[in-house]
Amino acid sequence: MRDQGLIYAGLAVFLGLITFPVSYNLAAGKTSKPPELQKPAEARQCVASVDYMRRSHMDLLIDWRDLVVRDGVRKYKGYEISLTNTCMRQCHTSKQEFCDRCHAYVGVQGPYCMDCHVDPRQIAEARR
Amino acid sequence: MKITRKRFLAAGGGALLAVARLPGAAKRWAMVIDLGKCHKLDGCTKCIDACHRAHNVAQIRDRAREVKWVWKEPFEHVFPQQADTPLAGKPALVTCNHCDQPPCVRVCPTGATWKRDDGIVAMDWHRCIGCRYCVAACPYGSRSFNWSDPRPHVPVLNGGYPTRSKGVVEKCTFCEERLAKGQLPACVEVCPEKAITFGDFRELQPILRQRFNLRRKPELGTRPQIFYIV
Repeated sequence: MRDQGLIYAGLAVFLGLITFPVSYNLAAGKTSKPPELQKPAEARQCVASVDYMRRSHMDLLIDWRDLVVRDGVRKYKGYEISLTNTCMRQCHTSKQEFCDRCHAYVGVQGPYCMDCHVDPRQIAEARR
Repeated sequence: MKITRKRFLAAGGGALLAVARLPGAAKRWAMVIDLGKCHKLDGCTKCIDACHRAHNVAQIRDRAREVKWVWKEPFEHVFPQQADTPLAGKPALVTCNHCDQPPCVRVCPTGATWKRDDGIVAMDWHRCIGCRYCVAACPYGSRSFNWSDPRPHVPVLNGGYPTRSKGVVEKCTFCEERLAKGQLPACVEVCPEKAITFGDFRELQPILRQRFNLRRKPELGTRPQIFYIV
């Protein structure tokens, strides 16, 4: 091989660049550990199993939306169907420490729920 | 006993009638506005305020961008063919007519607005793409478009109801969220003169038969479900 030095130097630069995100996060002290989410204060049963909610809460919310808006069904397993009045008032009271932390970690674009639906904590703070 | 042809037909007809008259048949919501009672309190806007507060309706001064669910309009604008009556110049309360043949529903390309079984012309704001076909189709100007994010223009946020977002059309919903809880629409409940009567179309028939009433632009065949006692 004639340009051995050049080839190895080029490879080193290439490897350095391609592993940059990993080395950058290591240097910044960030790890791949998932974010700590604020759990509901009194640990109770959610409207569905934790595993299902973790994976498919968005499907459940879309089903809920269609049930209320289209079919006029407002109860689900005895709970009132409402993102803000049930989920966010009774259990997951902090949007920042529950919804946003995970959405930011996995890089979810949106969701746009809160463009229209009102965070109950925002109302409580406005009253104070 | 042998069933004759005559008996069979009579029994069949009776059975059909029984099915048709089953209780719990779908309601058909309608509203009667008594303009005489409405005019008793000059400049009263209680129904408008209650509605807009309950539904987080943005208060925008600019008439080209304003959002409104229920408002007052001069009588001669609401009923152009009755403009030469003593009511001309007085205000008339107007809102979505929840038409029996709603033109807005026919033009909506996404099914974001549709007529429910109980007659309410409902909206699914999740599905509205902001094309404004419905705004153009509505002959009563009952629909408003959000040209910007409406939330900064809502004076006091009601946490029990969502706002809308930029690029979405909105209008009166006949307070379907209150009807689901067995409550009357906010405007009906708050009116100090009880000028607005709300209920099933059939139950309102006695009032409509007794008092002379008008519907807006009947010649268009949209069959509004808001009746004005004049």
